[in-house]
Amino acid sequence: MGKLFAVIVAVITVISATIFMTRIWWLPTDISVLGVGIDRQMSETMISAGVLFVVSQLVLALFVWQYGDRGDGRPIKIFPGGAAPMVLFATILVGAEIVVLSLVGTKVWAGIFLSAPDPKALRIDVQAEQFAFYFRYPGRDGKFGTLHPDLIDDGNNNFFGLDPANDTTARDDIVSASLAIPVNQPILLTLHAKDVGHAFYVPELRIQQDFVPGLVIPLHFTATKVVKKEIVCTQLCGLGHYNMRAYMEVMPENQFVQWMEDQAAQQ
Amino acid sequence: MIYLTHTPKNGVPMQTKLVSSLALLAVATSAIGALGRPAATAGTISGHVTYTGTPPKMRPIDMAKEPSCAKQHSTPVMTESVVTGPANALGNVVVYISAGAQSSAPPKEAVRYDQKGCEYIPHVAVLQVGQPMGIYNDDQTSHNIHPLAKVNPEWNKSQPPGSPPIKATYDKPEFIAVKCNVHPWMHGTFAVLTTDHHALSAQDGTFSLEGLPPGKYTVTAWHERFGTQTQEVTVGGGKAATADFVFKALPY
Repeated sequence: MGKLFAVIVAVITVISATIFMTRIWWLPTDISVLGVGIDRQMSETMISAGVLFVVSQLVLALFVWQYGDRGDGRPIKIFPGGAAPMVLFATILVGAEIVVLSLVGTKVWAGIFLSAPDPKALRIDVQAEQFAFYFRYPGRDGKFGTLHPDLIDDGNNNFFGLDPANDTTARDDIVSASLAIPVNQPILLTLHAKDVGHAFYVPELRIQQDFVPGLVIPLHFTATKVVKKEIVCTQLCGLGHYNMRAYMEVMPENQFVQWMEDQAAQQ
Repeated sequence: MIYLTHTPKNGVPMQTKLVSSLALLAVATSAIGALGRPAATAGTISGHVTYTGTPPKMRPIDMAKEPSCAKQHSTPVMTESVVTGPANALGNVVVYISAGAQSSAPPKEAVRYDQKGCEYIPHVAVLQVGQPMGIYNDDQTSHNIHPLAKVNPEWNKSQPPGSPPIKATYDKPEFIAVKCNVHPWMHGTFAVLTTDHHALSAQDGTFSLEGLPPGKYTVTAWHERFGTQTQEVTVGGGKAATADFVFKALPY
């Protein structure tokens, strides 16, 4: 029985390692400037953890095969020193790997979350509500109008609570249900939630950020390919969470300028 | 009355004969009238609803987050809070008798309210207190209709595709804003009235309230953005009365 178990462990280890190594089910193609660094970090993590995984599982299989209870009274081998040094050895080995991976990974993490955005980044205000995302561009005057939550009127397309009657900076704000951005230009999103917690996730951009009610959270990135990708909400926000999505359209510069003009004409 | 002065032949004065024939005729007419009022004697109040000023621009609705609805519309769907027609006509105005009419039992016929293409059809549903309403989901996606009642009990109900219609009635008069909890752009109104004398102005602004016995009435007109107005109208027997309403429109 012990030998069968050893064989099964070895087989499972080889199959699962192969699945990862051949990348049958892998991340979608990345389309962001920082995506390259994230993918490399992902690969390094997978390789180092994978090597340890395969080695440890095969050693386990070997030990089970070799030293499985044969019922003849022979003693089983013991880790030199006993249990305490064994636990210490395992802790140091795994702990060291985690610490090294974290330190190496902070650079990529900081590039997304801890570095200042490009000062010339295109600013887009994002509001998450139950159960849709809405995006606001500052318009020709380059300024965002003030938000008045008491004026929010979804049925009349005033999702943000703008006051165009009295606030001239709000009159030209462009509100859209899709996130249109120019390719290869830095983008700065400011995320705020209208009601409960939501999240913004575009797998191809390799970024995910929670919306926290009461906070305005900046998120910056640069998209490198002309594509249309889905933005999904990844924080359970209510009965329509499964349905909460928007589309991000990365456009060539001239097409984006045209899109902005078309939107401005409709406001 | 025609007076004949010469003496009649048969001994009965011509005068009397004529008067008595006219009297007979009058009695006969009122007898016919008493048997059952023909429609011509019940009055109508009709009119025209218009606006002055600049109405707000209707905006196109982006349904990208719901592809099964977005693909049902070849041209963009516009918001419907202000529906205008030629010559400053204002549609979707609820016009009804708010005083002067006799109360009547609510109709048994249910008002149909559809969720189709992620829109509420009709945008304004007019019904009477106690009248049944059937709410249908004709789309491939779930809806969660949420009438925001403040006087009546407030409720919301999920309706996955293929569900049976939701049956609803309201016991108190109220103008209830209706939203969908899943699709933020969906918006409509239930106009729950105590009377069955009501009409919704068409896109050309015209409306007609029929079957009104002669008397003095208060006609109220309600618009989703521009408020409420009332007028006193007197309906004479068999004559049509008019009531025109002019709303002040603001661009924001």
